Amino acid sequence: MEMSDDIQDGVHQPRRHDSADKQVSGQAVYADDVGEPRDLLHCYIALSAKARARVTSVDLAAVRAAPGVVTVITADDIPGENNTGPVVHDEPMLAVSETTGGEVHYAGQALFVVAAETIEQARAAAKLAVIDYDEQTPILTIAEAMAAGSLLQEPYRMARGDARAAIDAAPRRLEGRITFGGQDQFYLEGQIAIAYPGEDDDVHIISSNQHPSECQHIVAHILGVPSHAVTVEVRRMGGGFGGKETQGNLMAGAGALVAKLTGRAAKVRLDRDDDMILTGKRHAFVIDYEVGFDDAGRIEGIRFDQMARCGWSLDLSAAICDRAMFHADNAYYLPAAEIVSYRCRTNTVSDTAFRGFGGPQGMMGIERVIDEIAFALGADPLDVRRVNFYEPQDGPGERVMTPYHMVVEDSVSDQIVEELAESSDYSARRAAIREWNAASPVLKRGIALTPVKFGISFTTTFLNQAGALVHIYQDGSIMLNHGGVEMGQGLYTKVAQVAASELNIDLDRIKITATRTDKVPNTSATAASSGSDMNGMAVRDACEKLKARLVRFACETMNVTEAEVEFLPNRVRVGAEVIAWEDFTKRAYMGRVPLSATGFYATPKIHWDRVAAKGRPFYYFAYGAAVAEAVIDTLTGENRVTRVDILHDVGKSLNPAIDLGQVEGGFIQGMGWLTTEELWWNQRGEMKTHAPSTYKIPACSDRPADMRVQLWARGMNRELTIRRSKAVGEPPLMLGIAALQSISDAVCAAGGYGVYPALDAPATPERVLAAVERVRGV
Amino acid sequence: MGRPIRFILNGETVEISNLPPNTTLLNWLRYQRCLTGTKEGCAEGDCGACTVAIRALDADGQMVTKPVNACIQLLPMLHGTEVVTVERLASPEGALHPVQAALSECHGSQCGFCTPGFVMSMWTAYHSEGKPDLARTNDLLAGNLCRCTGYGPIIKATAEAYDRPRAAWDDADAKAAAGRLAALGANQGLDYAAGGKRFWAPVTLDAFAALVEAHPGATILSGATDVGLWVTKHAFDPAEVIYTGRVAELREMHEAGGQLWIGAGVTYRAARARIAGLYPDFGELIRRIGATQVRAAGTIGGNIANGSPIGDTPPALIAASAALVLRKGAARREMALEDYYIEYGKQDRRPGEFVEGVRLAVPADGGRLGCYKLSKRFDQDITAVLGCFDVAVEGGNVRAARLAYGGMAGVPKRATHAEAALVGKPWDAATVRAAMAALERDFTPLSDMRASAAYRMQGAKNILMKYFIEKTEPATATRLVGAGTGAA
Repeated sequence: MEMSDDIQDGVHQPRRHDSADKQVSGQAVYADDVGEPRDLLHCYIALSAKARARVTSVDLAAVRAAPGVVTVITADDIPGENNTGPVVHDEPMLAVSETTGGEVHYAGQALFVVAAETIEQARAAAKLAVIDYDEQTPILTIAEAMAAGSLLQEPYRMARGDARAAIDAAPRRLEGRITFGGQDQFYLEGQIAIAYPGEDDDVHIISSNQHPSECQHIVAHILGVPSHAVTVEVRRMGGGFGGKETQGNLMAGAGALVAKLTGRAAKVRLDRDDDMILTGKRHAFVIDYEVGFDDAGRIEGIRFDQMARCGWSLDLSAAICDRAMFHADNAYYLPAAEIVSYRCRTNTVSDTAFRGFGGPQGMMGIERVIDEIAFALGADPLDVRRVNFYEPQDGPGERVMTPYHMVVEDSVSDQIVEELAESSDYSARRAAIREWNAASPVLKRGIALTPVKFGISFTTTFLNQAGALVHIYQDGSIMLNHGGVEMGQGLYTKVAQVAASELNIDLDRIKITATRTDKVPNTSATAASSGSDMNGMAVRDACEKLKARLVRFACETMNVTEAEVEFLPNRVRVGAEVIAWEDFTKRAYMGRVPLSATGFYATPKIHWDRVAAKGRPFYYFAYGAAVAEAVIDTLTGENRVTRVDILHDVGKSLNPAIDLGQVEGGFIQGMGWLTTEELWWNQRGEMKTHAPSTYKIPACSDRPADMRVQLWARGMNRELTIRRSKAVGEPPLMLGIAALQSISDAVCAAGGYGVYPALDAPATPERVLAAVERVRGV
Repeated sequence: MGRPIRFILNGETVEISNLPPNTTLLNWLRYQRCLTGTKEGCAEGDCGACTVAIRALDADGQMVTKPVNACIQLLPMLHGTEVVTVERLASPEGALHPVQAALSECHGSQCGFCTPGFVMSMWTAYHSEGKPDLARTNDLLAGNLCRCTGYGPIIKATAEAYDRPRAAWDDADAKAAAGRLAALGANQGLDYAAGGKRFWAPVTLDAFAALVEAHPGATILSGATDVGLWVTKHAFDPAEVIYTGRVAELREMHEAGGQLWIGAGVTYRAARARIAGLYPDFGELIRRIGATQVRAAGTIGGNIANGSPIGDTPPALIAASAALVLRKGAARREMALEDYYIEYGKQDRRPGEFVEGVRLAVPADGGRLGCYKLSKRFDQDITAVLGCFDVAVEGGNVRAARLAYGGMAGVPKRATHAEAALVGKPWDAATVRAAMAALERDFTPLSDMRASAAYRMQGAKNILMKYFIEKTEPATATRLVGAGTGAA
């Protein structure tokens, strides 16, 4: 028996992604790679040509008659509820009925489904539909929605203290507006679902989906069958980023419907253009702000009006807009604050979750305010940030209360920022850049340091629960299953490392298996950065149950006390005897010990009173900071981020390699949102940036040539999270705000630091050039 | 009538005789051959998830290995080549190739969907050139989008692969591939028919000319970097296609009598080094067309003939006074390139006629040509505004000026009012400002998703000023990337 001192690839080890070797060799199976059954039908979803119209007539006769077409499905064919809306049932899955017509609310809305022998046939047939629209003028922008009073919900307010009075009483004041766009998730694998009809009401769905349980429930409602009839399975996704939290429901629902109506397997795979036109994105925002502050830049009172473009239906917009409000403070103490949120209903695609879930938008407001205060004072923005940070943890408790009445107990912003300012040589570089700019008429450089404080937990409290299922087989091998899904973030790897460490066995003894609603039920979305926190704890719970049974078995059969049973690496010491893990588990099986256990976790301490807008919505906060340096061309507005230094707190990392990948990738994604990624609609409400030819996520050369990313060595979660780690999925995205502010600093240089640039995002060459002309008074 | 398409897939010869000629390589690999390692990310050649390698013998019998986007390659284009997919790289026993091992161990895959495409871009580079530096790596990978990693681990792995022991099985296979290709009979043309559609791939220029003349309605296909999108995005299913890719004469590029000839079938990739040697800025402009996959397939002739309002190479060629040679049957016709573009969607190409190539005078001072491409992203982006300028100054006055723009009108076009504002005037800022103002009379640009009309006009003006600054104050820093570094 090999007697190593430690297990291989337990927690805190930089183990590489469990699928990495399969991915590099093309062997990792994604939904569209699963072998196609011979009877497979291919489905095409026909999209609305109009942004806002009453559909007066629908003639699908030619579609039905087209070659290869097996069935055409409209709202008339839905046995259950015609809805894919996850929270409020305001989202018809299919917009039209052949008998009554219907209404369309955005250009690209799903009208009907064509199922044919090939996707080419289905697509060609759909074009034969004759649809008559009675068009109305669409509401496309936030400004139009605000003017028309087009809101999905009543405005929602969070407040602490008397912001109005504090602003009015402050020695200095300023007000302004920041406007910034949305963002397409641009997962490389488009939306897809394959539905296999089974006996009775059963249907089995393979889906690229961040929320299998919700998909299961919605499909069951569409079919009008109990949830037990629907099984959703997700082994891996080619990226999600929030875009597959609710947006996969339509594909799964359409596929399931076709499968049950025809008795044949059905695939719904969107091509890139349809995917980008049809599915939701990050919310664009306009934020109006008004702030009162003192001569040191310390904020005394602040007001934000956050206006979000939500699109045509609610989807997750309520929680997203709430989270924008929860992050209106970012890392700063706001003694008196009022935040009002307007959820604008527009005739555009229904915006949805995207990494950060409103948090980035909320932070954009306050980071603009801080930057503008610094400009007004002629101060270094970093100094203004410093005087406004929440009090450090274990301080006197005077500047700790958020606008939503939660006490920030764990602030490490000051420590991280000081370390980063030092390691990045921020101050000296800032001075050197100013000197360089004075001698450079065309190119200008800029630098900025921005912090992130991001709240961890679903703000909808009941979602903070997770389940797991762990089997030990007779040979000691382990089957691991939990409610979280793998979308590239390394969740499966991290949770398997937790299981390995809990059982004290090598990781390669553990089989990671696909997430399925029939293995672990009633799970929450893999979202809100919560995946490893919650599923890691649920798996630990299952492992503890199994270990307790094994200990009891040892005590009962081998005449030892509990203290004499010890789980050593890959073996178990029972009294004086050391038994190999696989021999021990075999003995336990022979001793009729149940070797399968479920685990469960519910995040403690959190509560939220939405009516009072008070509570503790977050278990803890994750922190980080970034310094970005950029250069702009003042003649063209072209810009580049040239150097980035990041220090980010992941607590005690479950897997430093994977966490580093999340930090670096998150930053680049945030930078893309604020620089090159621009969504563009024409006046008819057609989104014209629906493919990588027109929608530009960062390419390889956009990565800053000099990028220095560190996990914070002193990171340690004060709360009892899994192995004292912190969530990492979303927080680093907001480090990208530093990129925008560094470009803004360069624009400011173009005007001799005399006019505030008020640079909006994305900072395309066009926006940067316009800002340059503004600061130069052209 | 007709012969099967013959090519090699991962070492094994395949023949195709019944699939429609507009079948894409990607769909065939995934759904006919169950080789699902190659992914579809966009079906338009912009994300690289479908990258595969193509091996082919060039005119000298040397084997070249290049990356292409399988999503926009049509099956008959592969006749006489070898296709290598990600499934081929590991050893028969399953040992990873050094590029795969490096990518895996550097944590270069997260969701993994883009990963096979990156692997193939890395692998073709590994077989084609030495260990790349950062700038070269950025260029090699510009056509592969990753949404997860932020690219750092992939950049690291691209170079790190070279430090690992070579894969004996893979090197042996590369050696064997040349023999396999020779045995395929790569010098034979293709006349393929299926489902009532026809695809010709002649191998001589005369045969090509005769086919085009005899079938004036046929689609002339080169790299399929545009026509491929008509197929994937608009279900384009032409009755007749004539392919330039196997006509060696169309791939000729030579200098004689102070003239550079570029055959219509010369790829961006092949043209780049030669052009960069003559016109450094034009070389850099070509580097920014698409990415490695697109430049390996797309051709100068296709770019010209296609008549895009942006043009990519046409504005530079027009600024460089290029002459276009059109051919119909045996007859040739030559014109200034700018005269080829009549209006949006309309070129001076008659039925049965095709672009044979362009002719350029070898410049005395190619450094004088300035090329300025404005786009939202530096690499692999379609141009919003392109300005290419050649201003000759004598005794402090402008002797001649050629200012050609793309993205400002329905066609690539010279700014004649702005040119007039320059010629004969002192080469100073006031003259340049007058020319900038004159651009308002030359162009009325459109607003679209790439840029507003206002930005296009302002950008068009400012890049002229930038050119002036660069020519008169060379010490002033003006470029964020790639100033005059088009070579390589």
